Amino acid sequence: MATVSKQQIGSVLAKQGILIAFAVFIVAFTFANSKFLTVDNVFSVVRSSAILGVMALGVTFVVISGNLDLSVGSMMSFSTIVVLDLHDKIGPFLAIPAMFAMTLALGALIGFLVGYLKLNSLIVTLGMLSAIHGLTLTYSGGKNMDIADKEGTWFSVFGQGSALGIPVPILIFLLLAAFLGLVLSKTPFGRKVYAVGGNGTAATFSGIRRARTVFFCYIISSACVATAGLIQASRSLGSQNTVGQGLELEVLAAVILGGASLMGGSGTIFKTVIGVLILGFIQNGLLLLGLQFYVQFVVTWIIIILAVWLDIAAKRGKLMSPIA
Amino acid sequence: MTDAKPILRLDGIVKTFPGVRALDGVSFSVMPGEVHALMGENGAGKSTLMKVLGGIHQPDEGAIYMGDDRVVMAGPLEAKAKGIVFIHQELSLAEELSVAENIYLGELPRKSFGRVDWTTLTDKTNAILKKLNVGFDANTLVGDLSIANQQMVEIARALTVDAKAVIFDEPTASLTDAEKSVLFDVISDLQADGVGIIYISHRMEEIFKITDRITVLRDGQYQGTVNTRETNEESVTQLMIGRKLDLTRNASHHEIGDVALEVRNLSCGKLYKDISFEVRRGEVVGFYGLVGAGRTEIAETLFGLRDPSAGQIFLDGQEVRISSPADAITRGISLVPEDRKGQGLVLGMNCRDNMTLPQVDDLKAGPFVAEGAEIAIFDQYRDQLDIRTPSWRQQVGNLSGGNQQKIVIGKWLSMHPSLLIVDEPTRGIDVGSKSEIHKLLRALAAKGYAVMVISSEMPEVLHVSDRIVAMYSGRIMRTFTSDEVTEDNLIQAISGIKADQAA
Repeated sequence: MATVSKQQIGSVLAKQGILIAFAVFIVAFTFANSKFLTVDNVFSVVRSSAILGVMALGVTFVVISGNLDLSVGSMMSFSTIVVLDLHDKIGPFLAIPAMFAMTLALGALIGFLVGYLKLNSLIVTLGMLSAIHGLTLTYSGGKNMDIADKEGTWFSVFGQGSALGIPVPILIFLLLAAFLGLVLSKTPFGRKVYAVGGNGTAATFSGIRRARTVFFCYIISSACVATAGLIQASRSLGSQNTVGQGLELEVLAAVILGGASLMGGSGTIFKTVIGVLILGFIQNGLLLLGLQFYVQFVVTWIIIILAVWLDIAAKRGKLMSPIA
Repeated sequence: MTDAKPILRLDGIVKTFPGVRALDGVSFSVMPGEVHALMGENGAGKSTLMKVLGGIHQPDEGAIYMGDDRVVMAGPLEAKAKGIVFIHQELSLAEELSVAENIYLGELPRKSFGRVDWTTLTDKTNAILKKLNVGFDANTLVGDLSIANQQMVEIARALTVDAKAVIFDEPTASLTDAEKSVLFDVISDLQADGVGIIYISHRMEEIFKITDRITVLRDGQYQGTVNTRETNEESVTQLMIGRKLDLTRNASHHEIGDVALEVRNLSCGKLYKDISFEVRRGEVVGFYGLVGAGRTEIAETLFGLRDPSAGQIFLDGQEVRISSPADAITRGISLVPEDRKGQGLVLGMNCRDNMTLPQVDDLKAGPFVAEGAEIAIFDQYRDQLDIRTPSWRQQVGNLSGGNQQKIVIGKWLSMHPSLLIVDEPTRGIDVGSKSEIHKLLRALAAKGYAVMVISSEMPEVLHVSDRIVAMYSGRIMRTFTSDEVTEDNLIQAISGIKADQAA
């Protein structure tokens, strides 16, 4: 029995490697800079990660289903611009559902193309990245969008408010994570997402409607993007057309850092949340260390590639591929 | 040969994995010029032993010797460099490259500035192909070759190195008889050159035809080595499973009920034409024919995976149109598909989730999956089918082939189908599990299930079926009752010979 339990510990280590790396990282930065692990700083990191995090929750579904979503960044710009524009035209009460409906329509279009027409998700969402960017610019006429009366609107609550002493963006992120975590791990739909991503043919042979499952993954992803756009718009009450530019890669990075496989069939919401936090703390830590902002891009990606490498190495038990 | 030294010897190999002692002191040796069969049920440790030999796993205890020298296989490349060559069951060829490029991949002959020396490459390859006596040349694209010929390319690749020992892992799984005999010729040529051959197969016929000695493993333990000439199928089987195997014709007779499925004049393009048959409750109908006879395609049509171009399908007397697998499942049809890993299972999922996948929408507690009910279903079929797994949490990919197949069967039994279709139910699984699955199919019929069995193995069809539908090239040639069928008239029927009616 002793050997078995030892092996179990080993397998826990392999599975929770990302958590352990996270802990080591936190401890190291705490020693390097005393400001790092203060309540203020932690809140500031989580708050600034919330938008990225909300988007990553949705993309987790897409990635587990065996697909990609590179359109989330430009879709988030779209949501932000639309809701800011409609805020002054029809009021926040109607602007929010209208923006959600428009964003979900984009998600449905992608879901249709990838799910029902079985087009390659990389091509479709890469195309949509550019198409939605064009759509946003056409909608705004290329101008920045601002709310006229920034002081007098309750709309700022989603980005700037707080409840029970916790900033609202953090609350939204955590509640949405809890909800989608349950959907993914406990519902029949979640089970089907894993099956479709793990082996689509076997899922079909088990009577699972693959197209429909993929379609709803993109619906969830676009709903998360709309939520992220809402927080972004509410936080700044004004925005450029390009506010979400480049976020698609950061989102994907967080999902992969969390350990979801790009081949589909594996990953969890909890791991994605950890991935989001790691990414947030890395960037924050580097700033506190006084590194130039631009260095972040380089360091972040080095860390992501390292994480992916270590993950694969742990799975095959060697650092280098056995088949050279 | 008796006083010769083994070319390769594995001595007291022990290998453990979390929770499993996969190899428990196994010894094995090959003489030069000998064909040595390695046999055992799935999960007996054959693959693990070969992975130790190939440098993929390192043994916990024990040693490998080549001649008099102790060697350590640090990795696959080192094993290859030492002359240990594997011919795998699953081919690893680049389909878009030519035969020559595949054979010399990584060692292409070069001219100056790193250019490939195509003339030398083609000549060297053709020399090898000539030795193998195959009907294609060096410049053929591998993707254009049949599976059998692709296998020949793998063998040709093995012949480019100075092979000391060649391991064949289920080499005949997808070969026709003619192709098999070419393979056996190649093996005897290798033998004549003093190469040691390790031959892994479940097929007794072949084992007794071409091997000199047989070593049997069971549950990771060495059961013994026997001279092929001094033993017979029965005693080898007994060594493998530790009990006697029943392969007599099915003699059980029980009530045959109403017609569950009737198919009338069903056609699907060129795949099959004018198919009519019926399956009654309590009856096992076997579908026998060569690959390409259209049997699997009929099953796929009944399961909603293909649209028929003409004809009618009746379930319990009602005409139906089956539009998708989901639709087939709601109508009470279950299909245990031909390709266990590709179609039957999500290998990265655990046993329980795989088993309940088709009914996950129905097993609900509020909005969530009722995990308690799922575990109950898993436990029931684990016990009923004797599925060996430490727990339902085990990933299906880690189970042996026989246990994987039982998971698939359990998955479809738990749907309580009114029509159960099983396509090649025992392909690639060991004899013990095979006979258990045969018994199970008979028991299901006795319970009143309507069962369709598609199989390419004649003993299997003869053993489990009440009636046998013989197919040839998309058509039903004849339907036999179990009283009229003989091996001869069945073979004639599936070869397209209608001699029976004439005689």
